[in-house]
Amino acid sequence: MIQFQANKTLLTSAGRQQMEVAFEVEKGQLLTLYGPSGAGKTTILRILSGLTSVSSGYIAVDGEVWYDPRKKINVPTQHRSIGFVFQDFGLFPHWSVYDNLRYALPKGEDPRLMHELIELMELGSLRDARPAFLSGGQQQRVALARAIVRKPRLLLLDEPLSALDDDMRHRLQDYLERIRKHYELTTVLVSHHLPEILRLADEVIWLDKGRIRQQGPPEKIFPGQSNRQSAPEKT
Amino acid sequence: MTDWQPLWLSFRLAFITTVLLLVISVPLAYWLAYSRWRGKAVIEALISLPMVLPPTVLGFYLLIALSPSHLVFTFTGLVIASLFYSLPFMVNPLLSGFKSLPPALREASYTLGKSGWTTLIKVLLPNIRPSLLTGIVLSFAHTIGEFGVVLMIGGNIPGQTRVASLAIYDEMQSMNYAAAGRYALVLFALSFSILLTVHLVNHHFSKPDPLS
Repeated sequence: MIQFQANKTLLTSAGRQQMEVAFEVEKGQLLTLYGPSGAGKTTILRILSGLTSVSSGYIAVDGEVWYDPRKKINVPTQHRSIGFVFQDFGLFPHWSVYDNLRYALPKGEDPRLMHELIELMELGSLRDARPAFLSGGQQQRVALARAIVRKPRLLLLDEPLSALDDDMRHRLQDYLERIRKHYELTTVLVSHHLPEILRLADEVIWLDKGRIRQQGPPEKIFPGQSNRQSAPEKT
Repeated sequence: MTDWQPLWLSFRLAFITTVLLLVISVPLAYWLAYSRWRGKAVIEALISLPMVLPPTVLGFYLLIALSPSHLVFTFTGLVIASLFYSLPFMVNPLLSGFKSLPPALREASYTLGKSGWTTLIKVLLPNIRPSLLTGIVLSFAHTIGEFGVVLMIGGNIPGQTRVASLAIYDEMQSMNYAAAGRYALVLFALSFSILLTVHLVNHHFSKPDPLS
């Protein structure tokens, strides 16, 4: 389970905004952060990963405290068991797809999952290609595979399927569901795509200007929408 | 007959200085690129000082500083002086290399559980190869071209501290233009060819931009 609470001053295009957010996510559940640009969605992922600092707050994952300034605890990013898919992917340009994944695999770890991921994400034919020669969608699949390879306790996904066509998006949604359930990966997903949210999310937080506007299961937040319906994307 | 010793001494000095500078400058530039310490501007200014100070000023201070240690007028003293003198030529290219990398590279490596050291060696350095090459070559060439500092601290002792740039000056003083010309030609040709190599190699690196 994730317990998250953070206060931070955000610098957005609309000026300074005070972010105050607190939530909990049960183990193995998927929380979606939804809301307009500048609402603080990516910032929450960065705070969870330890890449961005906060003025005050508290983070604990499965009972392990990652951030508690009162007890002077701030676990560095490297020691947080996370998988992060960045919006701009953050692939290593000097390595092939295969080497990008192999770097993510902890020493002595069984490479079976890595090979399985290569197959499921249909990266086999791209194994030896460098990221610069891949399309946006292909890069996104590599980034997703790389984040999952080390079986993290917490999966942080910043619009991980936005560059994919509908067919691939659906397949990866299915796969993400399966692998999440199998490894009980607690996930925080930033998404604007309503059908995707309705399909994947257990809980949705609708953020606006650094505050929680609404929180609840997707059917409650977006009444009248079914996951088969294609809703206009909100940006 | 040309006395090759000054040229050999120049190359030895430049080689040792460049290797040591590489070892010192990689962590230094890394720290300058990513540290949030406010006082680092002072360190950056200090490192760049030898680029604007007259070499005699640097040589004067080093002479005062090294005098008690008997290192003046020795080859080791020359190496120490060269380290200060050429430091900005190694640190600055590395620093701009690190700064030009997208932050997501370092952050992605951290989120994969990799330490700062592993990230530096395996992810960051391979992606700033052109900057590494520029730093190495500029430091080497700049050390070969030292004059004022080596004159102040080296004392022009044949076989010890009489490097090629000093030998040229000596031959000129004794009206031996032919010998001065030979040294000058070697230094000119060498400097030109290494700079040309750097430009050609960096041109090659920049063609299919791996970071775009």
